[in-house]
Amino acid sequence: MSKKKQRTYQQDIVGDSINSLRKVVEPPKENGSHLMKYLLIGISAAFLFLMLALPLAVVVMNACKEGWDAYREAVMDEYTMKALQLTLLATVITVAVNTIFGLFASFLLSKFYFRGRQVLAALIDIPFSISPVIAGLVFILTFGNMGWMGDVLDKYNIKIVFAVPGVVLVTVFVTFPFVFRELFPVLNAQGKDEEEAAALMGAGGFTIFRRITLPHIKWALLYGIILCSARAMGEFGAVSVISGHLRGKTNTLPLHVEILYNEFNTTAAFAVSSILVLLAVLILVVKSLVEWKKE
Amino acid sequence: MEQQIVKVKNKKGVRVIPGFGLSMGVTLAMLSCIVLIPLASIFISVSKISLQEFVEIVTSRQVMSGYMVSFTCAFFAAIINGAFGLVLAWVLVRYDFPGKRIMDGMIELPFALPTAVAGISLTFLYSDQGWIGQLFDKAGVRIAYTRIGITIAMVFVGIPFVVRSVQPVLAKLDRQYEEAAMMLGAGRWRTFFRVVLPELFPALLAGFGLAFARGIGEYGSVVFIAGNIPYETQIAPLLIMSKLEQFKYSDATAIALVLLLVSFLLMFLINSLQIYMQRFVKN
Amino acid sequence: MYVEMKEICKTFDGFQASDHVSFGIEKGQMAALLGPSGSGKTTILRMLAGLDMPDSGDIMINGILVNDLPGNKRGIGFVFQNYALFRYMTVADNIAFGLEVQKKGKAEIKERVEELLELISMEDLGKRYPHQLSGGQKQRVAFARALAPRPGLLLLDEPFAAIDAKVRRELRNWLKEMIGRVGITSIFVTHDQEEAMEVANQVIIINQGKIEQIGTPKEICFHPQTEFVSDFIETDRWIV
Repeated sequence: MSKKKQRTYQQDIVGDSINSLRKVVEPPKENGSHLMKYLLIGISAAFLFLMLALPLAVVVMNACKEGWDAYREAVMDEYTMKALQLTLLATVITVAVNTIFGLFASFLLSKFYFRGRQVLAALIDIPFSISPVIAGLVFILTFGNMGWMGDVLDKYNIKIVFAVPGVVLVTVFVTFPFVFRELFPVLNAQGKDEEEAAALMGAGGFTIFRRITLPHIKWALLYGIILCSARAMGEFGAVSVISGHLRGKTNTLPLHVEILYNEFNTTAAFAVSSILVLLAVLILVVKSLVEWKKE
Repeated sequence: MEQQIVKVKNKKGVRVIPGFGLSMGVTLAMLSCIVLIPLASIFISVSKISLQEFVEIVTSRQVMSGYMVSFTCAFFAAIINGAFGLVLAWVLVRYDFPGKRIMDGMIELPFALPTAVAGISLTFLYSDQGWIGQLFDKAGVRIAYTRIGITIAMVFVGIPFVVRSVQPVLAKLDRQYEEAAMMLGAGRWRTFFRVVLPELFPALLAGFGLAFARGIGEYGSVVFIAGNIPYETQIAPLLIMSKLEQFKYSDATAIALVLLLVSFLLMFLINSLQIYMQRFVKN
Repeated sequence: MYVEMKEICKTFDGFQASDHVSFGIEKGQMAALLGPSGSGKTTILRMLAGLDMPDSGDIMINGILVNDLPGNKRGIGFVFQNYALFRYMTVADNIAFGLEVQKKGKAEIKERVEELLELISMEDLGKRYPHQLSGGQKQRVAFARALAPRPGLLLLDEPFAAIDAKVRRELRNWLKEMIGRVGITSIFVTHDQEEAMEVANQVIIINQGKIEQIGTPKEICFHPQTEFVSDFIETDRWIV
């Protein structure tokens, strides 16, 4: 404690005895909790640095290791570009489907009471607790050669497994609850008074949704869409099972990274990874901006 | 008195807010097509396997060791995440310091970063030539291609679950409880363990459960650092993958079913415990 | 009778919220549903509004059996306990909403909104958002919004509960005067005996889902018919 501070405490004792007594007693305690504060912040910072920041640094360092030309070559490669296209396609479709679902499901579960409401909410959460590999397996068992839908699909010559529709389908499955999970708590906390008031005045469902409900969830919706795109872009396990790793056809960016890595083409693998890292960081920045704006 | 009788419908069928039918229809249709019907396939496929065959598959030495690796590593990773997640949540809620916003944003990195990227990057970092792996290698500890490496990868993917579960509860926690305990003469540690921790426990448990479940199922970020040494570092999801590559669909299905049931059971247990704890805390 | 409830019963998960409730209210009356919290008074109001459906019994409004008529076709205005103002619309848009939904002409809507803003003496605040208003102002907007489509019956759920005690008395008189001026049949729910006695000209006392007594404030005060009513009113006198 500095001398200056000590003097004020003593001056206070002359002034207001009870108040200053508290102050005299408190400082050592404060010092202790300051130490604790910096210790805990230090632990947190070290953990985050070791677990999260270093892996990112590894990607960037390795991607740049062989210089700009090697980087550009890896990124501009024909197969990388095709993988990027497929990744973007799958992401856009996934976000669209899951947004529609999230809007309807969160409206349903927050504004209406019906039997089995909780069961429905639990069913929606299933994809969260399932291994991505199992998610992929499930679609192979449904639409694959041996699957119970296999014959029907064969007859009409529709390919889902080891083809683009399968890749899109598992991506939708894995990220299915994301938008719903962001919207539901907000709508639930808002209650349904406003919607009831509007309904009593004779407003139709669409009007109520657009004018009353939607303004409440616009930030949560944006947030959900951002999270959902992040997960959709990076999905690996499930897509890995169902894609069949057909280069230039069913390879997404994460699968392309795996192939390059397994071919010991490390620089290229990290170069392609850096695209995904860039997208991930971009998403986190946008997300933070959204949160900041919301406040 | 003039009476106009309106046709009597099911009395409970009248709802104030319109759109129930449409919302219910869309929700159920999408849920069934994308989640429920495909998921049912796993049970259809399992029913084609005889019980004896099923038991043989899931109790084979390779599969059992796969389960062991997955469960133990995920468990330890979830414990580590519980401890550090609590510290991180505490720091983010209770303290103000420069760089806090960045720290808060970083927590979600494992959500946003593709698992395969995380996987190869962690492998590189912890292999015996990597930045961190080198240091440990000198001390004779190998991390990549051992269970330690698997656990580290699972810590990576699980950390946001714990932090994001505890954070909102801690933020809402009324500081009057702590102040009351302090006034009664309880020290800082006693106040934390007797007053704060019980309030946070349900959330902490939920975060632990989610991180545990995620660890068991995780594939992308674990498979590279695991190295897939049979009986040593083969995780259960990888076994499903390799059975599929050999077109042994029934083996893959059987292994998956056990994994599926374990994660459902886990979520159920943690949910029930949480409900029980919440009742306790409320009283 | 303008409003009539006949033998209404309603249970929620085994809890009897309404037990053979019957009463009638004449046109132009201002009635109070009075009872302790949890007595089932809000349920009665919500059933009148069509927000909840009775298990059995009949509800008549203006001579029409409305049992299966949705709330928006019953010609009622409803003031919610927490006002349920549309948080993302201005005061004027809030008031206009009910008219817009009915697809009224723009000029007509504008005229009606101005008229109502004048009625609640908030002419200059039409462009504000609900979170920029005081509790009393919010209540007045909720009142204007409910009146905008010219309903035949006005229902108010604990209209003064969310307002601090100082302003409450003032607002009470204001509301009484307004309703008198508009001349609309209204029913409000309250747990405050003084409030009911002062504002209403007919009081319906409810306890545990049953009606204890119906009468004018005077009758209730001087001739309580059950022990519950005399207790409920007596204690109030002591506090005041």
